[in-house]
Amino acid sequence: MTERSYIEVKDLRRLFDVSKPWLNRVLEGGEKQYLKAVDGVSFSIAKGETFALVGESGSGKSTVARMVVGLLPPTDGEVVIDGVSMSSRAALAERQRLRRRIQMIFQDPYASLNPRWQVDRIVAEPIRAFRLIEREKEITDRVGELLTLVGLHPADGKKYPHEFSGGQRQRVAIARALASNAEFIVCDEPTSALDVSVQAQILNLMRDLQDRLGLTYLLISHNLAVVRHMASRIGVMYLGRIVEISNGRELFAHPKHPYTRMLLDAVPDVGMTGRQRIPVSGEIPNPISPPSGCTFNPRCPFANERCRAEIPPLLGGVACHAIHEGRLAVDAAA
Amino acid sequence: MAEPVLSVRDLRVEFVTRRGILKAIDGISFDIAKGEVLGVVGESGAGKSVTGSAVIGLIDPPGRIAGGEVLLSGMRIDNLPPEEMRRVRGKRIGMIFQDPLTSLNPLYRVSEQLVETIRTHTNLSASGARKRAIDLLAEVGIPAPERRIDSYPHEFSGGMRQRVVIALALCAEPELIIADEPTTALDVSVQAQIISLLKRLGREHGTAIMLVTHDMGVIAETADRVAVMYAGRIAEIGPVRDVVQNPLHPYAKGLMGAIPSLESETDRLVQIPGSMPRLSAIPPGCPFNPRCPFVFDRCRVERPEPIQHSEHRVACHLYDETSARPEAVA
Repeated sequence: MTERSYIEVKDLRRLFDVSKPWLNRVLEGGEKQYLKAVDGVSFSIAKGETFALVGESGSGKSTVARMVVGLLPPTDGEVVIDGVSMSSRAALAERQRLRRRIQMIFQDPYASLNPRWQVDRIVAEPIRAFRLIEREKEITDRVGELLTLVGLHPADGKKYPHEFSGGQRQRVAIARALASNAEFIVCDEPTSALDVSVQAQILNLMRDLQDRLGLTYLLISHNLAVVRHMASRIGVMYLGRIVEISNGRELFAHPKHPYTRMLLDAVPDVGMTGRQRIPVSGEIPNPISPPSGCTFNPRCPFANERCRAEIPPLLGGVACHAIHEGRLAVDAAA
Repeated sequence: MAEPVLSVRDLRVEFVTRRGILKAIDGISFDIAKGEVLGVVGESGAGKSVTGSAVIGLIDPPGRIAGGEVLLSGMRIDNLPPEEMRRVRGKRIGMIFQDPLTSLNPLYRVSEQLVETIRTHTNLSASGARKRAIDLLAEVGIPAPERRIDSYPHEFSGGMRQRVVIALALCAEPELIIADEPTTALDVSVQAQIISLLKRLGREHGTAIMLVTHDMGVIAETADRVAVMYAGRIAEIGPVRDVVQNPLHPYAKGLMGAIPSLESETDRLVQIPGSMPRLSAIPPGCPFNPRCPFVFDRCRVERPEPIQHSEHRVACHLYDETSARPEAVA
């Protein structure tokens, strides 16, 4: 990439301590146990781009999202946003300024809005917290403007969250994210709790806003069709690692990693093309004791000794020994 | 044609509340033949799950079946006394719910739950029932069933638990299985396994399946026929291929266009303005009329009845030859 990346995530790692309590460890014996939720994830996002992370539950995609926005400190690695490292102590003032420009939209619009607050107060919260506008009258105007932007009416500000449907609540959450003039929005499963017709409304709104405001998105989703519709580049995660990263069209036309192929095959599609499916077997293993080597090896039809022993590096956008060695042909049929 | 396994005639379900009577299901009719999978789709609040519950007689007060008939292989079951209905349920109708963890008792081993169900509905001995339970677990694809059978539900993963629930539903070789969002709580790769399992079982045992889900993809893969529900009514019902690829009802059209596809790229998804009406405020005439792009005067006053249109049955005035409509829809 020639232009400087807007978001740069370098070798991000996160461990969770899942040990038994200290007393039990002393009495029953036993080591400390760690769960590697995210293990060496790197990617970059250009300005105005949508980058998506897909994966099944337990793959660590939400943990990455939380580390990128700073809700969770990484165990190792760093997040660089617009040239400023979010983990360095020196650039405190600069980090404070950046925080304002990063916002997050959560999956459950029922849980992410305070039920006791009126919507105008919810949307005005970032404006007040960052002291962007001082005069109350102007704050009210700005909130009305934001609500209009997301397809609600300024008068809706006087309502409480329970008076809205799921889709409208997600609109409120988007308005709140935009209130601090955010440029980068991390969307963690933004439409998973919504019905399809409402999902379409929200996805269209997200794309319109991106066009109008030049937003950059990090989209976390388990729904491949949503990801394909929204993202220009996609990273596929499996057990805390990115197994394949590529631009959207390429990933869907020529998936490389066996897991990506399996995942694409497994998605029920309304296209009804009658394509032949490779039967999928197995489930995502317990991340506390992941398989050695490539974590996908117990489910992979192409696994050999090396796959069971050695973790494959991410080369040429894919982390797979079989592809690197040329044992597994990259589907070239266009 | 042979007698359908399930026949629902003009079913109505109401909920009596302080503020009036809410019509959750308002006059729906459909049949399911032997070995057939009928998909029931719709968005939240469309009445899909209530339909499933009404068929097996699990509507709790303040809800009640207000009219219509439910026939299981020709026998009327909606007015059976509770004790007799209890015997039909489980023996002749199996049920699979969305969340496998809440439909299994966490305090009992899987073996105890399976054996109890088998012995309730058949006259097998304890050891015979255990053997049958192991066979069932093997059939639904649980590896090493003779060892896993004595595990507790929490020792299984989500996909394996759903397999146990399916085994439980199959215990008495029911004629009909009602599967309410059986794959919604599962990951895609596991979902695909469960779908192909359901398909295979329906084919091999000739079991009729009523598959309730909001996921059109699952329906397209699994069902033979599909019913699209909206506000407690069936908007359109027909063979799955026709309904998915060539929907007639404006709501079904919108619904299909709203789904992002893996196969094709679109810049914008079709969006249906607004959202499903509340049960307390269903508009008169066609319930979809405030959101419909093709609405005309008749839609606002007269409720459309299902009309046969080639292979589909569709409840929309646009397809009624006698209605004076502004212009034809392509």
